[in-house]
Amino acid sequence: MSAFNLLEGLPDRPAKGIYLDNNATTAVAPEVREIILPYLTENFGNPSSMHAFGAQAGHAVDTARDQVVSLVGAEMRSEIVFTGGGSESDNLAIVGTLRAYPEKKHIVTTMVEHPAVLGLCRELESRHGYEVTYLSVDGKGTLDLDDLRAAIRDDTAVVSIMAANNETGVIFPTEEIGAIVKAAGSVFHVDAVQTVGKQPVDMTDSTIDLLSLSGHKLHAVKGVGALYVRRGTRLRPLIVGGHQERGRRAGTENVPGLAALGKACELAAAYMAEEQTRVRDMRDRLEQKIVAAVPDCRVNGDTAHRLPNTTNISFDYIEGEGILLLLDRVGIGASSGSACTSGSLEPSHVLKAMGIPFISAHGSIRFSLSRFNTEEEIDYTATVIPRIVERLRAITPFSKQRQTF
Amino acid sequence: MWDYSDEVLEHFTNPRNVGVIDDPDGIGEVGSMACGDALRLSFKLDNEERIVDAKFQTFGCGSAIASSSILTEMIKGKTLEEAAVITNEDIASELGGLPREKMHCSVMGREALEAAMIDYYKKLGKGVPCTLIKQDVEICSCFQVKKSTIHDAVMQYQLRDIEDVTNHTKAGGGCASCHPDIQHIIDDCWREMNTDDVEDAPDGLVQISGLPGNGDRLEQIREVLENDIARALRTDGGDIELVEIRGNEVHVKLVGACASCPSSQATIKGWVEAQLREHVNEDIEVVEVGK
Repeated sequence: MSAFNLLEGLPDRPAKGIYLDNNATTAVAPEVREIILPYLTENFGNPSSMHAFGAQAGHAVDTARDQVVSLVGAEMRSEIVFTGGGSESDNLAIVGTLRAYPEKKHIVTTMVEHPAVLGLCRELESRHGYEVTYLSVDGKGTLDLDDLRAAIRDDTAVVSIMAANNETGVIFPTEEIGAIVKAAGSVFHVDAVQTVGKQPVDMTDSTIDLLSLSGHKLHAVKGVGALYVRRGTRLRPLIVGGHQERGRRAGTENVPGLAALGKACELAAAYMAEEQTRVRDMRDRLEQKIVAAVPDCRVNGDTAHRLPNTTNISFDYIEGEGILLLLDRVGIGASSGSACTSGSLEPSHVLKAMGIPFISAHGSIRFSLSRFNTEEEIDYTATVIPRIVERLRAITPFSKQRQTF
Repeated sequence: MWDYSDEVLEHFTNPRNVGVIDDPDGIGEVGSMACGDALRLSFKLDNEERIVDAKFQTFGCGSAIASSSILTEMIKGKTLEEAAVITNEDIASELGGLPREKMHCSVMGREALEAAMIDYYKKLGKGVPCTLIKQDVEICSCFQVKKSTIHDAVMQYQLRDIEDVTNHTKAGGGCASCHPDIQHIIDDCWREMNTDDVEDAPDGLVQISGLPGNGDRLEQIREVLENDIARALRTDGGDIELVEIRGNEVHVKLVGACASCPSSQATIKGWVEAQLREHVNEDIEVVEVGK
């Protein structure tokens, strides 16, 4: 029996794990954890109630709303509708607009949206008689705005385009896009789940009508999000029954979750500069070290227009799940666009839309950082990656010379 | 995170028999880069057709690597005849089970073994044993899955819908254009599984129904089954019986050694059907009953 160990030459799992999957979810910030606790104990009231218990809870919701208003540069509190998360915000934005404009039967979106938008659009297309135009992207993951101009029609109810891609971090020029959408007379929705907290967002002079954000992507908790709805934008609710959120989202408020979201927004504003400097530097350093040390790898996406925390790197001839399993064994959490990790059989729809060849797409790894990462963690990761890739390449039948059977 | 068994993780981190054998007696390459997993399996035989060494190279996820590794361990020391009966289910159970969505990794192992054995017989100029013949069509072109693979999976695991088939075989996981074909196979399989009553038909009694002209055709079919097929099967301790003809469907029953053979479906579809189509009518569908 020939002895072979994939872990050979790799360090043991460190006591504390290294979390580089912040586009999937983030650690709850300590200040956020603190703010929640009273709402899980003595301040348990229902904001609608006519007593002190209710008033305390109502105050917490108001504070949270102010904090979100402040982070996104909204004009007033009533422009923020709290939801159960990013997917619900996206659904409310798109379906709520379609219901407000029942005569319009067309939607424009992109091929690289998050499943929250793509899955919804497919459903609207196949079961509800809507027509959807999916804009394609080029090899760098960028849109051709002439395609957008050509796509919008008189009966286009809503144009839904993400602010930044969750897999590659590529940023779309939302204001340029918005100008085109507004000139054509459609409603503009932006899924900014990956952007809010990482990039400055300002609705003051924006062309954006609707903007989705999610709590757990910015160090708040899961199950809470918000939809910014520009004053005067027509929108029908999805969840009806109660008066909450001015009738736009019924249901007793998730008070601890909203308190968490509010605090996380306040913190995000305070740490925004750090995202753009220290986090970006760490990301660049990780990327440069890996690219310098590993042959046949490439960075996916437009590196000039990217979120500061994200890098997506393809390692040719090997498959992503193996890389993730080995990374996990040395204490590092990342994610992959490979087919095998998702349970679907196709590699990432984003990399496919970009035309990344299979030989690279299956071996793509996304590292997404946060302000809680350290330079030591980055250097450790940059050291183990070349070894992991080398070990997996030692057992693959493919190589530069032989890319197919 | 997949709920991988300890055996899967152990074989993933310590894969056995990595590499390619120099001057192998048989080599099989299945899957592709596009599919997201691929396996090259090679083996060396002794004078008695016993596998003395086996090696693999795998492009794929943790369970694909583990399935390949354990397969090499399972076949080493076995004769080709013994190795031929290893099923994908055997591979999965040696690994302490695989997640439902990962069953296709074990299927890839079985396919590579078949491909390597066929390679050996071909190089030798020998006829490929009936247990290994799979002259069937590719249903899913995204993942290059053949009809027999889908059929076997549906029969073995009693799969009821396309999603189950995709989980087991990958078929239908891509562009979805083959979904109607897969549904057709599922329907056929269930019709096959529900045909219990033929067990009660007395041996030798043949019911004829369907299209006109069956009288002549019956004789032709009997002749092909007896002269071209049954004789060959009997040398391996098996036999075939004609049960019924329904339109273009020829229902047969494998008996003796063939009845318990895991590759019987390949025998039926690949060989019996091909013979009947060639000698009798190209529209004939052979259905195995009473299994």
